[in-house]
This record gives sequence, C-alpha cells and structure tokens, in this order.
Amino acid sequence: MDLSKVSVRELNQYLHHDLAKAGVKHVNITNPDGAHNIAVGLDADVSVDIQGHAGYYAAGMNKTANVTIHGNAGTGVAENMMSGTVRVKGFASASAGATGHGGTLIIEGDASLRCGISMKGIDIVVGGDVGSYSAFMAQAGNMVVCGNAGDALGDSLYEAVLYVRGEIRSLGADAEEQKMTEQDIKKVGDLLKKAGFDYNAKEFKRIASAKKLYHWNADAKQEY
Amino acid sequence: MCGLVGLLVKKPALYDTLGALMVPMLIGMTERGPESAGLAVFTNGAKKGELKYNLWANTTDFNYWAGLENDFNQHLGSKVRLSTKGNHAILISHLETEVVRTWIGEHFPGVHILSVGHNLDVYKDIGTPAQVVERYDLGKLKGSHLIGHTRMATESAVTPAHAHPFTAGTDFCLAHNGTISNPFSVRRKLEHFGIHFDTDNDTEAACRFIEWCMRSGDDLETAIKKCFEELDGFYTFLMGTRDKLALVRDPFACKPAVVAETDDYVAIASEFRSLAQLPDIKNASLFEPVPEQLYVWTVEGKA
Repeated sequence: MDLSKVSVRELNQYLHHDLAKAGVKHVNITNPDGAHNIAVGLDADVSVDIQGHAGYYAAGMNKTANVTIHGNAGTGVAENMMSGTVRVKGFASASAGATGHGGTLIIEGDASLRCGISMKGIDIVVGGDVGSYSAFMAQAGNMVVCGNAGDALGDSLYEAVLYVRGEIRSLGADAEEQKMTEQDIKKVGDLLKKAGFDYNAKEFKRIASAKKLYHWNADAKQEY
Repeated sequence: MCGLVGLLVKKPALYDTLGALMVPMLIGMTERGPESAGLAVFTNGAKKGELKYNLWANTTDFNYWAGLENDFNQHLGSKVRLSTKGNHAILISHLETEVVRTWIGEHFPGVHILSVGHNLDVYKDIGTPAQVVERYDLGKLKGSHLIGHTRMATESAVTPAHAHPFTAGTDFCLAHNGTISNPFSVRRKLEHFGIHFDTDNDTEAACRFIEWCMRSGDDLETAIKKCFEELDGFYTFLMGTRDKLALVRDPFACKPAVVAETDDYVAIASEFRSLAQLPDIKNASLFEPVPEQLYVWTVEGKA
C-alpha cells in the first residue's frame, strides 16, 4: 500500500475489513511521510511494515497484529494498545504506549517525554533514553529502559514496575528504587531477549511504588 | 494547536530556492493551523543607514499605497522607496524609526507595521497557508533563513495582526506554538519601560519580552533562561535574527518539534509531515529537540 496513492482512511479500512477476508498475512506500507493514524485499531493476525516515519498515534489501539515502523514515530505511538507487538526502529515522540493495556512496544532509539503515561498492562522496552514524566500514574505492566531516564520518573505509580539501566535524573512522587529479585532479573531478561537488546538484566535498577500515596491520609494535610 | 516551520539554507547558491523549499512545509502544517499563516524571511538587506518597514493595510487598492508614498515624501521631505503586493508593502527609508512610526500612525492609522529591520520581511494574513502563499507569492521569496507559522487560535482574535510571526525591535521575529498564561503581567511589566504593544496576543508579549531582554544587554541564551522564569504556559518558540535561527521548547515540551539537517539546510517543523517533501530528506539527520535547551543555527558568513 502506497500512502502517496491511497489515503490513510482507505488504508485503515482495508486493514480493518478486507484483510481478513483475503487471508492476507503481511502488509507493506510505503511513503508514510509522517501521516497520522497509520494502522490504528488493527484486530487481526497480520504483520505490518511501515517503511518510513509515522505521524501521531501510529498503531494505536493495536490488537494481535505485529507492526514495525522502519523510521521514527510521532506522538502517541501504540497508545492504548491491547495486545500484539509494535516496534519502532528509530525514535519515538511523546506519550509512546500511553494507557497501553497489553502487548509489547519496543522502541530501538530514544523515547520522548511521558513514555508509558498511565500504562495499564503493556510492556515497553526502550533501547535508548526516556524523557521526563515517563510512566506517570502507570497502573500495570513493565517498562525496561536501556539508557537513561529524565525527571520525575514514575510519579504516582500504581502497580507498574520500571527497570532502568542508566542514570535517572529524578524520581517522581512515591516512586522508589527497590531491590532486584531473581524474578525481576528473569522478567527483564525475557523482555530484553524479546526486544533483541544485548544487555545483562542484572545491570538494571527496579523502580516501583512506595505505596505512600495509595490511600487517603487525613493527617498528611496535603503535604505530599 | 498551531504549526511551526523554520528553514535555514547553508549555501548562498540556495538562497534563491528558500521560498520554494518552504511552501510544502507551510502547507504541510495546514491541519495544525488552517485560519491564518505567516512568514518572516531574512533577505537582502536595505542599504547602509536605511531600514525596511513591512506594512499591511486592509486594502488592495494600489492608489492607497501610491498615496502613502506621495504623502510621505511631501510631509517628511525625504524620498522613500516603496514596493507593494496587494495588502502588503515594503517601505525603505533612512529616517529615524520613531519618525517613520509616528508619521504612519498619525496619517495612515489603518496601516499595521509588521516589521522593522535591515534584512527582515514579514508576510502574514488570515486564510489557509495555501491561500496566504498564493496571495503574496511566497514561493518566490529569496533569502538565507525564515520562520513560518500556521495558526489555530486558542486565545485572542483571528486577524492579520494577530497572526504570527511577531516582531520587536529590529530584525527580530518569533513564532509560537502553545499558550502563555500570564501575557498581561508580562505586558504590564514592559509597558513601564515604554514598550508599546500592537495587539492583545500572548505571543506578542513573549516576543517583546525576549527582545527587551536582548536590548537590555542579554544574549539570546540568557533571555531564553529568563523566559523559563517569567513566562507561565506552554511554548515551542522559533526565533529569527539577522544571522540566526533559534528554537526552544518549554520544560514540559507539550508542543512538538522535529529537526532535519543535511549539508544544504536545517529544517524545523512541528511534525515530520512538513519535512517529508524536502530534497534528500531520506538522508537527513533527524532529531527531536529536548526541553529547555536552546538550539541555534548561524547563517554562514553572516555572523
């Protein structure tokens, strides 16, 4: 499918309706040129290759499908993903994997600010750095960062767990470094293997919620 | 939401193509800003001792501009050079800026002064980017660098004067994606120093604040650091001076930007889709500017 010849709407209608009928298992998308909403809302056992840079919300709401962006991704790549895999070969802009419920998002380069904001079960593996406010209010799932993290990492975390190999500029409210268990090392090792990143899982720090913001504390006088 | 584009060509041989390279960039930002568009371009300079004034009037009557030229020459006893394109005129004079400003304000109050400078020309108007490009023939512009803007207003009116880029002082322009929450307190502060505002637009406050800092002795970097303290709100700023193109994003970096660089050019846009049509973009080095860092590119041979 050549996006210089067909519209994003036509492409997505094909991916949603005609693909399954035709039994197609692989779709190649050329000339994405930063268009928004490429391959959103997929619900099929298909692999999709986007040959170039994608705009906002690429592969958003993905279910089952495996989407690879052979370039950079704009804001909100794989936002609200349910399952399947989304891989970005370049860098990803803000809010990558936001509110993702499941599946795996792999970003080979850096991810910008607010990566994994409000994630709800997705696994995110970033080969480079993540920007500030990443994993803000993250509820479930895992984030593995092979590079460094910016300010306020994991502010107001719930049950999601973050693993960072490099430096963390600052932790957000109620996020704390905790001891890596054997279970953590195995989990990180499995995710690194899945992403194809050759790092030792033992080099990562575990960041999780200190659970001091979990319950309303009338004595805290709003001094959090 | 608004769209930003910036372009600096590195080789003088490419100056003639600046406008043509810019057109698909500006049109690429139509969805981010369909209601007004503008461009500030650094072109061949006025002669030594002269300044260029870019003017806008709500008329396309050629006689209006001819009348302005005639009255100016008669009243001030000084011959101006005037070139016009529809609503837009470029007036070149060696008289003091305040003399020219005051005279225009008194005799042609309907004329809006878009810019003052040796090299700076500004075109801005309501309409889609494609309409504004066609109206002023922006594809034919020549020069070393430019900043452009497509507007979707979130505050203040939609008029040509409220469109971006804004200018202050001489040869300084700024375009903005975002919203400043405290423009009026910034204005009140500056008005004490005799600084005049043309509109109630938030970006104009930011533009005049930065120019005032630089006029008071700060370099651009120090002025931008003061912005982080003084300006409340969201912003990605693109700025132009006679020999520089500069970019900065606020600490929260909610407003996007992406930069592409080749041996021939540096191109900036809110989104990659405005860069996709540039020559050799497939081999360009691309990056997303990080928050609170000032990026500056200098025109070769102009520093």
